[in-house]
Amino acid sequence: MHRREFLASSSGATALALAAGSGFTPAQAADAPGWNPAAFNAKSLAEVAEALGATSAPLESADVTLQAPELAGNGAIVRVSARSALAGTTQIALLVEKNPVALAALFEIPAGTEAQVATNLKMARTSRVYALAKVGEQYLYAFREVTVTLGCDGA
Amino acid sequence: MRLLLSHAMENGRRKDEAGQIAPAWFIQHLRASWNGKLVLSAYWGTAVSKNPFVQFSFQGGQAGDKIAVSWVDNLGEQRTDEALIT
Repeated sequence: MHRREFLASSSGATALALAAGSGFTPAQAADAPGWNPAAFNAKSLAEVAEALGATSAPLESADVTLQAPELAGNGAIVRVSARSALAGTTQIALLVEKNPVALAALFEIPAGTEAQVATNLKMARTSRVYALAKVGEQYLYAFREVTVTLGCDGA
Repeated sequence: MRLLLSHAMENGRRKDEAGQIAPAWFIQHLRASWNGKLVLSAYWGTAVSKNPFVQFSFQGGQAGDKIAVSWVDNLGEQRTDEALIT
């Protein structure tokens, strides 16, 4: 009977308590401005593309190339290099499909910078690695299967 | 341009030598600028390797030009370094 009312007032009290507390304790550090939590929580290529704003499914493209070793002995450091040959490439993302978090890095490419980046990634286990490029409003990708001998628990 | 950054890049799931979970601590945003113009911006998750390495190229850089690199991590720590193109 009064249950609904009780719940409503109790949640109001909780909100007040949190608001008061935040004034006196250091707030949990906020994510860096522009860091996209949805993209960094996504579990697959399609989900990452969607979180980045893709309006259609990403397409495999020979204009996007990905260099990665076929066999990586140490999953803690895997050198990955990605390139888009297409003018108008504004982003290159690197994904490791079977890591706990698929999206590893999102590079934004201003005009005047080549659409080519290399970096070292952690891999938890054998997985596809994707390079996903934003060209105009389209998302294009390439992938390679990387066999990991010693997976990285820090991935 | 090659960057080598010093950072632990902890994902918050790894156990350290004492068996304790090491809290998440990783660079979230990296920016590189050349004479004040942004030449690369990168958002990172936890799967970028410890002591991150990045290589990229941009047009126009000449010896003596100033490069600035700054990052901010998930704990709000920041660092900026400057160097001249050689």
